[in-house]
Amino acid sequence: MTAVDAAFSGAMRHLDAVPPDWPGNEWWHWLVFTVICIAFVLVMIIVVIYVERRGIAFFAARVGPNRTGPFGVLQAIADAIKVLLKENITPSNADKLVYWLAPAVVFAPTIMIFAVVPFQNGAMMADLNIGVLFVIAISSISTIGVFMAGWSSSNKYSLLGAMRNVAAVVSYEMPVVLSIAGVVLLAGSLSLNDIVLAQERVPFIVMQPLGFLLLFIGGCAEINRSPFDLMEADSELTAGFHTEYSGMKFAMFYLGEYGEAVVMSTIIATLFLGGWQGPVLPPWLWLIVKILIVFFTMVWTRATLPRVRIDQLMAFAWKFLFPLALINLLVTALEILAWPGDLPLYIIPLNFAITAALILLGSKLFKVGWGRVEV
Amino acid sequence: MELRTEPFVLNIGPVHPSTHGVFRMRATLDGEVVLDLDPVFGYLHRGIEKLAEERTYGGVIPLTDRLDYVASMTNNLAYVLTVEKLAGISVPERAEYLRVIMSELQRIAAHLVSVGSFFNDCGAYFTPFLYMYRERENICDLFDMVCGQRLLYNYMRIGGVSQDIPDEFMPALKRIIPHIRGRIDEYDQYLKENEILLARTKGVGILPRDLAINIGASGPVLRGSGMKWDIRKADPYSIYNRFEFDIPTGIQGDCYDRYRVRIEEMRQSLRILEQAVAQIPAGEVRADVPHLIRPPVGEAYAHVEAPTGEVGFHVVSDGSIAPYRCHIRAPSLMNLTALRDMIIGWKIQDLIVIFGSFAITMGEVDR
Repeated sequence: MTAVDAAFSGAMRHLDAVPPDWPGNEWWHWLVFTVICIAFVLVMIIVVIYVERRGIAFFAARVGPNRTGPFGVLQAIADAIKVLLKENITPSNADKLVYWLAPAVVFAPTIMIFAVVPFQNGAMMADLNIGVLFVIAISSISTIGVFMAGWSSSNKYSLLGAMRNVAAVVSYEMPVVLSIAGVVLLAGSLSLNDIVLAQERVPFIVMQPLGFLLLFIGGCAEINRSPFDLMEADSELTAGFHTEYSGMKFAMFYLGEYGEAVVMSTIIATLFLGGWQGPVLPPWLWLIVKILIVFFTMVWTRATLPRVRIDQLMAFAWKFLFPLALINLLVTALEILAWPGDLPLYIIPLNFAITAALILLGSKLFKVGWGRVEV
Repeated sequence: MELRTEPFVLNIGPVHPSTHGVFRMRATLDGEVVLDLDPVFGYLHRGIEKLAEERTYGGVIPLTDRLDYVASMTNNLAYVLTVEKLAGISVPERAEYLRVIMSELQRIAAHLVSVGSFFNDCGAYFTPFLYMYRERENICDLFDMVCGQRLLYNYMRIGGVSQDIPDEFMPALKRIIPHIRGRIDEYDQYLKENEILLARTKGVGILPRDLAINIGASGPVLRGSGMKWDIRKADPYSIYNRFEFDIPTGIQGDCYDRYRVRIEEMRQSLRILEQAVAQIPAGEVRADVPHLIRPPVGEAYAHVEAPTGEVGFHVVSDGSIAPYRCHIRAPSLMNLTALRDMIIGWKIQDLIVIFGSFAITMGEVDR
């Protein structure tokens, strides 16, 4: 046993992360899963870019890329080659170090998050007992990268886009975390593997319909998908925080953007749609199918809805989503107190009724805010 | 602790996705809020008014295509009406009907573009835009049949139109009218009660009626502010007094009202088209006018209701084969003068939406 082996297995023991049926304390486990995580993210990004481009085209009554390879599946690769050959431009007034570092800071967290995502029972890099906390903490890092990019490129459009992004992420982190807390209460664990195992009977989307909606909406805002894509806002800020970027650095932002979309889809699929659970198909395939279903819904909303204004975005988070998330957490806690052990299935219609009533009430009390804003 | 903040100047355009051409705005911002706005025109100036002085009266018609290139037909019409008024030329009955049919088709096509690009400015990622373009394509096909062009038609002539419509035109037009009406209803159903759209446009960018009149606004911008003013009714040109149609108006003059006025105008245009198709007589499409006309010394002004507003030509003749002066009243330019007053105090995102709700064409603003 080499020193490296000892270090790895020591780390594993320390993290108490030996999955049930996976040889997690072997050094090659780390190696294999590092490769799997990176490859999974990169391949999924290519897949979702294809889904996005063809999906948007389908919604917008056009064809989309269909020339590169069969049905245009190689378009993302062709774009990658094109972008690699482009000139890398650095603005003369840019803060060079920060400017060069920002794309990596945006993209790296998306790969890191897959360390705690189970591809099947226990098949994950590290079954952290604080998995959900890890996901929330790491996914916020890319915001720093976005702000670094916006600040360092010394461009007013970039700065505006970056400021909008920070404001949006800070606001939407609240409802997102609170809606995830409901799932954690139900599963009784912060480990993503335990949460998936707890969904063996029914996926949490039926136990927590409101939580799912909140996470989906909040997640769309956090990763800046339409209708909350204010940090890019192509019709206002040209390209937002990455206006000045070109070549491979731009490609890193592009990858990071879709990587975040993959991450958010994965988290939603894992927490609410039962992760790898499912009949007939192999578990990893179920996970991919669920990720793509969630992502397709995001494409759908992007193709359908106009963009909200920045003050409406904030008001929506604080006045609509945040109270609903608090009430959702309270209701979930009360249900768990009322029925110790497994929740009976007849509370599912009750939960849907509560969700409908709360959304109706919220929409009556809350208006997005027409009219003039105060200077 | 109070943060020290200061306003900064953001230069929007001339090359920017939402400036509908090459328009430049110097916006002074306090964070996201617009404190001051300085519109800069002239990036698309081609000197069309001066070029017109170098050409024969007939040769100016292709130049007018390049003004509001989204609505070439109505520009053609405004110019030939002015020259006909100047030279005292009368137009055959059938040509008048063809002019009305083409103008109204052009109005629908231009409003489809305006509404589509307005939604693009609101941030609906190209979906409404491309749906609107799909319908506009049908109208472009019709124009292609009559004059072989899809954008710059050069169809109207002094004393009529360049050629009669082909046999397949009328059946195609009759097929398209109910098709487009159904599609407009469908899109309107999707869009008019969209919560985000209402939040972004209702009460945003209010143009008060008095201000609209004072700046000389016209077209949907003026009617959106509640003023019932349409050249087709107020000063009927061609044969518009033979058709029944309503003038839709807005209530308070916000972006939403301007959008609603455009949707309603498309429906009214379809009504006019139906009546024109039923009434059109057979006969000549062009009066016997020589290629080189020499109108008597004098001047004339004629105006039409173009999709963007009142397009007017003021032509002065010195008795030669070319106009001595050809002034163009461009509605986009007049409407834009209200921009600064409407935008101050709104956010930068509203700036794009308000600007988009004017549906200007830079070709017309800069000439």
